[in-house]
Amino acid sequence: MKAASAPRSAPGQERLLVIDPQSGNYGDFSIRDLPEFFGAGDALVLNDAATLPASLWVAEDLELRLMSRFEDGTWLAIAFGGGDFRLPTEQRGTPRVLVVGTDTGFGHGLSARVVSVDPASPRLVRLAFHQYGSELWQALYRAARPIQYAYLSQPLALWDVQNAYGARPWAVELPSAGKPLNFEALFRIAARGVTVSYVTHAAGLSSTGDALLDARLPVAERYEVSESSAAQIRAARARGGRVIAVGTSVTRALEAASSAGTLRSGGAHTDLILGPGSPLHTCDALLSGLHEPGTSHFSLLEAFAPRALLERSFRHAEREGYLEHEFGDSCLILRGGLRVTELRRAG
Amino acid sequence: MDISGTAALVTGASRGLGEALALELALQGARVVLVSRTRHALEPIVRRICERGGEAHALEADLGSKEDIYPLAGAATALVGPIDLLIHNASELGPTPLRLLLDTECEDFERVLAVNLLGPFRLSRVIGGSMALRERGAIVHVSSDAAVNAYPNWGAYSVSKAALDHLARVFAAELDARSVRSFSVDPGEMDTRMHAAALPDADPRTLARPAQVASQIVALIRARSVPNGARVEASNAGAYS
Repeated sequence: MKAASAPRSAPGQERLLVIDPQSGNYGDFSIRDLPEFFGAGDALVLNDAATLPASLWVAEDLELRLMSRFEDGTWLAIAFGGGDFRLPTEQRGTPRVLVVGTDTGFGHGLSARVVSVDPASPRLVRLAFHQYGSELWQALYRAARPIQYAYLSQPLALWDVQNAYGARPWAVELPSAGKPLNFEALFRIAARGVTVSYVTHAAGLSSTGDALLDARLPVAERYEVSESSAAQIRAARARGGRVIAVGTSVTRALEAASSAGTLRSGGAHTDLILGPGSPLHTCDALLSGLHEPGTSHFSLLEAFAPRALLERSFRHAEREGYLEHEFGDSCLILRGGLRVTELRRAG
Repeated sequence: MDISGTAALVTGASRGLGEALALELALQGARVVLVSRTRHALEPIVRRICERGGEAHALEADLGSKEDIYPLAGAATALVGPIDLLIHNASELGPTPLRLLLDTECEDFERVLAVNLLGPFRLSRVIGGSMALRERGAIVHVSSDAAVNAYPNWGAYSVSKAALDHLARVFAAELDARSVRSFSVDPGEMDTRMHAAALPDADPRTLARPAQVASQIVALIRARSVPNGARVEASNAGAYS
């Protein structure tokens, strides 16, 4: 599938591939049709994490990408060698080895010490910033840029990697499933009697450029489900409504918070990996971007629909010119989803 | 809105009304982010709040600069959590002595609109999205008598404040169903540096103290009876409950 090479310039342009595991079929729609697939009693759950600028350059041959923040305020980061944003991560040079105790400056008054190095990969380090509080955040926002993608035609600005409803800057990459959802769409969805709810999930790095390290993704990522969101989502299920997760980050947060069977509020870290046959305690449906078979993202979709159906529908999407990745088109995996449109066509 | 436990952001907080608002909100238990173009001007105020047991943080930003908005919203939210109360207090008067529109440089007019109107729009757009999702929040626009009356020499400022009032109304119309409040407040004539720059001959003894006006504005934020989208006078705060 071809990647979208730039953020969309206007809302509502994304296509929507609807995959219905009940009928074993799929159909082509526009993102503008999305509200019609939901009804009174359903709950749509967003990830309200804003995206941090998580890429820090030490020198021309060394980039550090923040991956995950630990409770003590230190960060897991990964080193990349030289190369600009057009160079795919797997082709980036080998970064110089970072040694424990090294102090590193990033400019704009931001600096950190390497406090540990992963025994299996010297590219993975733990950083302790020397600044804290408002000085840290101010300097981080000045010194860092958003993580870039080689398939884009232009570098991304901070505003390109935000969802319309983002709040706490926990994500190091855009939780991109929510990107097509503007407030016109969200208000139309809410007007149908759908509860629009949210969790916060620190969506992590999508690629390290190294197959062995990629196999260790996702690292444990922070999430939080507020009491009011948990109550709203449980109430939707109790009345027979469907819970639609917007993105894999929401799915992982909700399922991690439902490990005991029912959804509980609270915050924790999760490295939960979902795939074919994973039991889903809370999520009934998924709105997501399109990512190719073989990725961990695709594997998570298999918790919602059988592989054969996903592959068939993705081949169709490719033929039809759907665009993949962060700024691409969307898919909705919803049991009985196509029945809605059949009824509409019949009526 | 209950102030205690609220995450608040106040722009133009280094002096005058903004400083007084930050102090009053912190006193009532809000976690406050103070914003100004220079950080060092905020630091003594932050220290005062912290010494009294309150929570405050200083962030540097130019509201007239598009590049500063997401970093400001992101850093503020990282520090105090999703913003519940956003106060657009920062204002640019334009060059002083104030001058006739026919004598106003286009660039000066643009700068006034950038700080007084576009900045609040951009910041509300970033922070208001989360308020609409969480169905909680208030956006306060500090306006002026010059927004409704046309005084010679007050052109750029006056036009920006009239538009700001309307920005408050339209946000209210769009976000009322999501329980987000948006209103503008005319603080009246206060003994501030801005007032002295605009009207150097005014007798400070005839002007209201910023602290007094700040407590009136905070009372309006707490009041449930202020209609969404309203333009209210701070001195009239007692009429609302």
